[in-house]
Amino acid sequence: MQELIKLNIIQLSLAYLFPLLLFVILKKRGLKREWELLLATFRMTVQLVLAGYILVYIFAKATLGLTLLSFFIMEIFAVLTVIRKFQKDQMPKGMKRTVAFAIFTGTFLSLIYFVFVVIGVQPWYEPRYLIPLAGMIVGNSMTGVALALRLLLDGMKKNRVVVEEILILGGSPKEAAKEVVNSAFEAAIMPTITSMMSAGIVILPGMMTGQILAGASPLVAISYQLAIMLAILGSVALSVIIMLSLGYRLYFNSEVQLKK
Amino acid sequence: MFEIIDMDLKGIISIPYLKIEANKLTVILGPSGCGKTSLLKLLNKLISPDSGDIYYCGKNLKDINSLELRKEVVMLSQNSPLFPESIKDNLKAALNYHMLPIPENFELREILKQVGINKDLDDKVLFLSGGEKSRVALARVLVLDPQVYLLDEPGASLDEKTEIFITEMLKDICQKKGKTMVMVTHSKEIARKYGDVIIDLKEYSRG
Repeated sequence: MQELIKLNIIQLSLAYLFPLLLFVILKKRGLKREWELLLATFRMTVQLVLAGYILVYIFAKATLGLTLLSFFIMEIFAVLTVIRKFQKDQMPKGMKRTVAFAIFTGTFLSLIYFVFVVIGVQPWYEPRYLIPLAGMIVGNSMTGVALALRLLLDGMKKNRVVVEEILILGGSPKEAAKEVVNSAFEAAIMPTITSMMSAGIVILPGMMTGQILAGASPLVAISYQLAIMLAILGSVALSVIIMLSLGYRLYFNSEVQLKK
Repeated sequence: MFEIIDMDLKGIISIPYLKIEANKLTVILGPSGCGKTSLLKLLNKLISPDSGDIYYCGKNLKDINSLELRKEVVMLSQNSPLFPESIKDNLKAALNYHMLPIPENFELREILKQVGINKDLDDKVLFLSGGEKSRVALARVLVLDPQVYLLDEPGASLDEKTEIFITEMLKDICQKKGKTMVMVTHSKEIARKYGDVIIDLKEYSRG
């Protein structure tokens, strides 16, 4: 099999034509997103270059402490990314903790299952496996939780009258928030289900593409991709349901009243 | 049935003492924003007072489980939203929240007749007029057959004739079944004609 083509600095620079193209389009159309695009391109470049060097170091050391530290940093960034999307007064008290707990628990349990039961890699903290897998699991869960949180906050605000009506009719907070929670859950897991539907036909998922480019057999790449997509599904579903199940409760007090 | 002592809801109402008697139709009158709806919500424990006490059957509301209270004390809110399903589904939802068995269709139709609705149980509420919707909301409360009814302007979206028909029906339930009703209305005429007790909330209002 042909060796992986290593991109030199000139080849890599040529890829920056794409954001440049978008920059021109934005400018011509008068859409004030140029600086956002420049910042995003700059941040992506710096972050990935740094990540590359850090990963080289972590892979070379391969210690439990460094691997776990990387995992926790990922978790913290994921939680902060979700929380920063919302203004403080949009969220009921305690929601930040709930988001952190949901993302951490959902991703941690899925990752542990995946590493110990599905792959059975030795040692279990082998960073070459654990870090990229954690990245995919945490990243997707973060997106799912952010979407579910947006829908929970909007749903509880828009449907306040209906939610209160169910309390008036003798329903419990769980019954009152059921519709909002269900539609938020459905919407949050749909992107994952949609990507499963199109996997292999419309798109070759990132991990698989990477492995194939690196010279692995497509069959090996597919087996990993299948397993990781199922783990992502589990992690997204788990993180989202934990967040929603705990999150809706924050709208009610112990007297079964809607908080102001 | 209810006793309110030194109760204060900041900026809305302040009641030194008020008694709402059992098995009577108590009518609450008062201008807009004087706290009529808030009073019903307080009695239903949907909100709590900032200070003071409310007693139900001699027991402080603070010591009564809200869900248990709402099984006995049922409120019909103003412009009560219906679930966008059939009339029957709406009645069933209320019964399910109260964990009550679903009556036979003829019994449910009887309740609809009581509120003057001549529609099929499977009709979607989306196609009902405003007045019909408000009567389905009332039927949703009647089907629960609670001990206490808290009614926030049940005739608000009805024409005068239908409002009188509904108020007479409620008065009839109150007398024949020995139920307690607290009804908010803007109509002094309805209050005088049907109310056993009339409370003008203006004197307690802090709005």
